Amino acid sequence: MSPQTMSPHIVLRVGAKLLIPIILLFALYVQFHGEYSPGGGFQAGIIFAAALVLYALIFGLETIQRAVPPAAVHLLAACGALLYISIGIWAMFAGGNFLEYKVLASNPKLGETIGIILIELGVGITVASVVITLFYSFAGRERQPRDKD
Amino acid sequence: MIVALGTVWIRNLFAATMLMGIFSLLAAALYVLLDAVDVALTEAAVGAGVSIILMLSALVLTTSREKVHNTRHSLLALLVVLITGGALIYGTMDMPNFADPQAPAHQHVSPRYTQDSPKEIGIPNMVTSVLASYRGLDTLGEVLVIFVAGVGVLLVLGTGQYRRRERAPGDKRR
Repeated sequence: MSPQTMSPHIVLRVGAKLLIPIILLFALYVQFHGEYSPGGGFQAGIIFAAALVLYALIFGLETIQRAVPPAAVHLLAACGALLYISIGIWAMFAGGNFLEYKVLASNPKLGETIGIILIELGVGITVASVVITLFYSFAGRERQPRDKD
Repeated sequence: MIVALGTVWIRNLFAATMLMGIFSLLAAALYVLLDAVDVALTEAAVGAGVSIILMLSALVLTTSREKVHNTRHSLLALLVVLITGGALIYGTMDMPNFADPQAPAHQHVSPRYTQDSPKEIGIPNMVTSVLASYRGLDTLGEVLVIFVAGVGVLLVLGTGQYRRRERAPGDKRR
């Protein structure tokens, strides 16, 4: 996965440049419109990560790691899970059970909505970060000398 | 089905990976037909997209051709597989018919989910309200599993930036 990977392929590069913003936007749509249409944190996270992986495949691993450094991704993966747990604990402080969103606002429905949106955000962040981490770990390894192939 | 058999039979790992991608895409189409759009989204993105890329990057590290080893087939293994498969198929005979309203899965808590969740949660998509609210703890478990899986891969394979750090900072290109 050197920076030269596929660099002469102008159709791929232009096509990817057109597609990637749309994929990212669609991921955010799936994330935040998940209460009304199919989707949610898992799907959005995967789609978001897939867009970044596509970028890495076409423009090289170094380019993407300059934009999305691995250390930041690791931090985000932990932050997503922490966000989920902290919502649960917030509900406990607000007087309910763990992850009982009803108590997060004066109106139970509003509380549920806030809780769901926030935990889905946590899920999305964690899933996207972990998938990107997996990709970095696999793609960042040096090519071993092959036996006869 | 044919694609799955092809994946098992074929020796060229690159082609097998591609066949797996096709299989995932077909499965996603099947989920759409069954009205499980959430699952279909996941299957299309994970199965046909990301996991294939991960397989390919693993293939880069190894060879693309499976080593043929010990083609002698064990009769005992065949017997075990046949018995297990037969037992599983026998088990499916007790399952209720597809879309049977009297099925146990539709009796226990799902009437409450389907009838009360829009009122209780205030969110039209029941999948989301079940996933995030009624089953919030399960979803938390899933997220933690994903997180731990990521940490495990990091520990085993390294961060992916590790190798590049060893190079001199001025050396931009590999």
